[in-house]
Order: sequence, then structure tokens, then C-alpha cells
Amino acid sequence: MSLHQESVCLQGHIIDSLVLAKVLDRIHMMGGTFDLEDVHIGKTREEPSRARIVIRATSKAQLDDILKAIQPHGASVEREADCRTADAPSNGIFPDDFYATTHLPTEVRLRGQWVDVDRIEMDLGILVDHRVSTARAIPMGEVRRGDRIVVGREGVRVIPLQRPQERDVFGFMESHVSAERPHSHTITDVANRMRHLRERHKQGQADSKILLAGGPAIIHAGGRDALTWLIEQGFIHVLFCGNALAAHDMEADLYGTSLGYRLTAGRAVPHGHEHHLRTINRIRSIGSIEAAVTSGVIKQGIMAGCVRQGVSVVMAGTIRDDGPLPGVITDSIQAQSAMRALIPGVGLALLIASTLHSVATGNLLPSTIPTVCVDVNPSVPIKLADRGSFQAVGLVMDAASFLTELARALGRST
Amino acid sequence: MSRLLVCPPDCFGIEYEINPWMLLTNRVDHGRAVRQWHELMRVLEKDVGVVLERMTPIPGLPDLVFTANAGIVVGRTAVVSRFRYPERRPEEAHFENWFRRQGYDVLTVEKGLYFEGAGDLLGFSEYWFGGYPQRSDIRVFPVLSERFHREIIPLELIDSRFYHLDTCLCPLSGGELLYFPAAFDRYGQTAIADRVPDRLRLAVPEDEALKFACNAVCVGKHVVLPEGCPTTQAWLRRRGYETHPVQLDEFMKSGGSAKCLTLALD
Repeated sequence: MSLHQESVCLQGHIIDSLVLAKVLDRIHMMGGTFDLEDVHIGKTREEPSRARIVIRATSKAQLDDILKAIQPHGASVEREADCRTADAPSNGIFPDDFYATTHLPTEVRLRGQWVDVDRIEMDLGILVDHRVSTARAIPMGEVRRGDRIVVGREGVRVIPLQRPQERDVFGFMESHVSAERPHSHTITDVANRMRHLRERHKQGQADSKILLAGGPAIIHAGGRDALTWLIEQGFIHVLFCGNALAAHDMEADLYGTSLGYRLTAGRAVPHGHEHHLRTINRIRSIGSIEAAVTSGVIKQGIMAGCVRQGVSVVMAGTIRDDGPLPGVITDSIQAQSAMRALIPGVGLALLIASTLHSVATGNLLPSTIPTVCVDVNPSVPIKLADRGSFQAVGLVMDAASFLTELARALGRST
Repeated sequence: MSRLLVCPPDCFGIEYEINPWMLLTNRVDHGRAVRQWHELMRVLEKDVGVVLERMTPIPGLPDLVFTANAGIVVGRTAVVSRFRYPERRPEEAHFENWFRRQGYDVLTVEKGLYFEGAGDLLGFSEYWFGGYPQRSDIRVFPVLSERFHREIIPLELIDSRFYHLDTCLCPLSGGELLYFPAAFDRYGQTAIADRVPDRLRLAVPEDEALKFACNAVCVGKHVVLPEGCPTTQAWLRRRGYETHPVQLDEFMKSGGSAKCLTLALD
């Protein structure tokens, strides 16, 4: 992590004497930034106040200079300790008092050194490998008896997200969700990011994958063609969906309907409600979606595009699924783990028209990944944006309109 | 009746340099210093009416005469100083012994912290000011504040000529304050101005500040201060104080004046 930080404590009559103000001013003047934590103001004139200040600097030297400058004013560096660990008592069980993660970048102190926690994600534990001094976030279900799991809060620090340097919608909007604002500039910024990431992805650069998690409303609402185009143009590298999106996409290819509605005419066709079942049955008989595409049964659409473009797909099942299609993971913990495995390397996440998959994906994402959530129901983007990331943008709009506009911004002719 | 601790200047001289005033080449006229000290004592005893407690001078400890740096006394408790400069550290044991013999409860500050007594901690009955970082460490103030249930407002001393708080700030018995603003940074100046209203504050002019006008002893409505500070004296008189200028220039060679030569005991 390029950010260097240290916590200091300041106590005494630091308010009226302006000692606190002076210390904060000095940190600022020396190019550092700070967060004031645990500020306790004395209730009476006699009672001292105290403040904990987390100081951040861009280099170790700058941090040392700041500490040196503020220590004469009473700022004392908090005594740092290594993180504490305890053995997991059984498979799938964390030790008592385990540290529960946030989705913010996190470090643990091992043998005096601050080490990044890999694959950070909210609501997990931290597994430490003392032999090689590494740490990674681990879900409860994956822990094995005897794993060394971080307990308590000592020796763990969370790095608040820095405002992104890019001056686009992700940099300016602080978890903004709006149904009222014009969407076009947001979509333009998302498109610019995608164009940039696609280039980087072609060059094999890190954190350049674009993830899309979507629901079947994409098909129902008429966003299938636009999404197919995005996939075929190489703008999507990971797809998270359920049985329905895949089933209706292939139903559209086989029957021209989505849940029985003729997509071109917009009305129900006789016995149309059977189409998705017949589609699922057909694919099941073929054995896999990939085989259905390579054999030419499924010719065009989202799933066909994914197979042809080598997009990594995780289909997570739900309790109401028909079939399901081959490849749908019906054990939700296994599905979660398959999704988690594809998160490393993602540089942008588009969560579209699915409460279930959007929230599930949002929970797997570290706060550092720019995220766009699109839904006609404002509660979904709000829920995602409330995760406290500078980089979550919510758009209250129809999935098809979003995808169509996005594809147009990326050069699709209409 | 106020009591002050003093130490006769038998062994006073300049034997080292630990502040900008001290120059080994600037020799003390010992006879003159002794006469000035005795005159100060006469004024304090006869004109002001205080009781003086005299310590025994110790050869080799020329600054023992500056008893303001012995520590602070609050009721029957004495907090003994820990000097920043090794040259003055041998004084600590003598001050401590004196306090113990007088029956004070003696406290010392945490190891590794410096605290130079009433030189850096002075104030009004409800709250005190604490000077740092030249001699005393700001970290001692929260400890003393908690021990004595007094608010202590730390003030950074930014001019090395005003190395102790009592060289540039003097609270008076009527709530007034003499001070030399330029000895403090803007935070300190603001903190002082927030506490003491304009009409009660005298910003001592620089020429008088450099004569240590602020290093004055205030007992009731009497103020004993170094000679040559007419503006300060006039202001004090207007505020109803009786002023007692005393010539103390031999002690200024060491960076001390009236206040430095005394420690309030009660």
C-alpha cells in the first residue's frame, strides 16, 4: 500500500489551548492528511480532552517528518502490537472474538510489519500464514480446523478509501443515487472506463476485467441485443447471473420470446409460457450451454457471446428455478465461492436489474472497485451505495435503456 | 501571610550556558549580585510583607538561587522538577530534600519527562498556563491537571530568550495578566486572548519584556518587578497595584529576575 499511516494520541486541555488545532494544522501544512477518531471533549473545564488522530502521508519520510513535528506538542504514537490469532476450533467455525472484515483495504501487523489482507471482502475473517507472513480474507465456511484466524482488533487497521484520482463520475459522486439527474454523463463516464479497461485487458494488465451481474429483466425489457453487442465487442469479461437470464436469453434465440412474450411484437404468443421450459430441457439434453453454442443450436445472444468470447460465467441457482440449466450452481455457498474466485482482477462492476445478484456481488467486492448499480427500483442502488464507497454509482433506470445507451456510447450503431 | 522559598546567592555565578542570556564571558559581579538579592529580600519582607524560607546554598550549583524552578507547591504537595539540562539536575535532590524536611508530600513526574516547576506552570486560581517545549514537556500537564483538578492550558514558547513561561507571562492577583505576545505562536496568543479579556491584559512592550518585566512577583496588590519597565509599572499602578522596582541586572546575566528568584509556597 503506498499510503503510510500512524495513529497518535493527544490529551490534556487541547481544545481551548488550540493545541489540537495546531497539531492538525501542522499535519496539513506538511502535506499529510488525517482522520480524527475517538475525540473525547472534557465535560468540565477541569476534565481533559483527548483525541486519536490517524495520520496519513504519501511516503515514510513524510510521515516521519510529521510525527517528529507534532510529538513536542504531546502527540504520542500509539503503541503498536502484532495482530493476535487463534486456532479455528473446527472446520467452518471461527475462533471466538474473530475479527470481522469490512470491504475497505485492511492491513494486519505480523512480526512488526504491516501486511495487506488479500482478497478483502466484507463480513469475512482473516486467515494468517505466519510462515510466509501473509494474510487473506476467508469466509466462515472455508475455514479449516487449526487455521490461524485473527482475533480482536489489535494489530488490524482499516485504510479509509481515498478519493479516486480520476475526475469522473466515480470521483465526484459520493455514493450517489439519483433518479432525477440526467444519466447521460454518468453513462459516458462508465463507457470511458470500459473503453480504457478493454484496452488494458487486451494487453493483459492487472485489474482490467469488467464484471456484469444481471437479472432476466435485461431480456424482458429489451436489453439483450445491447448486452450481446457489449460481450461480442470484448467489453464484458465476467458474467454473474442466474438460471433465468441464461434461460430467457436462449429462449429468445430459439423461440424469439422472453417468458413467452414475442420480443419483437411485445405480446404473448400461444403456449409461450412453455418456451423457457422447453429451452431448459433442450440444453439439458445437450449437456451444456457451451455444447449448445458450439453445436450451433444456440446461435446468437448473451450466452452465445459469452461462450465465443471466453467470458467467465457463474450461474447461481435460486429456490424458484426451473430446471435448472446445466452449469447452474444450486448450492448457494458453492456459487458464492465460484463468484468470489472471479473477483480478483476485476476493475469495474456493473450490477444490472437484479436485487439478488447485485447485492450478492456487491457484498463480494472490495470497496476499491468502481461499481455501477442500475435498477428501476431505487432501493437496490441505494442499498449498494450505502456500503460506503466513493466508487459506487447508482442509476435508477431501466436496464434496457441503460445497456442501449451504454452500447451507443461505446460505438454501437443503432 | 504568603511564604516564598528563596536561596541566597552565595554560590551564584555563570558556570555554563543553557539559555541565550548566559555567556561564560559575561562575568557576574558577585558582590553586586549579593547586594541586589538582599535588596529584593528586603522589599519582599518589609514592603510586601511576605515570609521568606531560605534554603542553604550548595557550592557547584550556581542556579539553585532560582528557586522558582524547584517545582510547584499546591497545598501540602510539592511536585519536584526534573530539569532538561544535566547542568541543573543535581539541584533536584536538594529541592526534594528541602520539601521533605518541611513535611510536604513529594511527587515527581514520570521518568523521561521534563518539568521545570513554577518556571513553566503558573496561573490563576481556577486555571493554569503551562509553558512548553523548551524546558518542560507538554505531556506533564495532563498528569498535573488530573492530580490537582486544574485546567492547564499549554502554551508553546517560540522565542529562545523566553525559555520559561515565567519570563514572558505573569498572572496577577486581580485576574490581570502581563505577557509578551511575541513569545507565543498565534495559537497561544489566541488561547490567552480567549481567556483574559483585553482590558485585563497588558502586552508588555519588547524593550521591557527583554528586561523581564513579566518576571514579576505579585503578592496581593504588590508587584515586585525588575527596574526599567515604566510602561508596565504605569499600567500596574492604574490597575491599583503598588509597584516595587528592584535592580536585578546581575541575575539577568543568567536569564532570571524577581520571579525566578522565588517560589510561592502557599
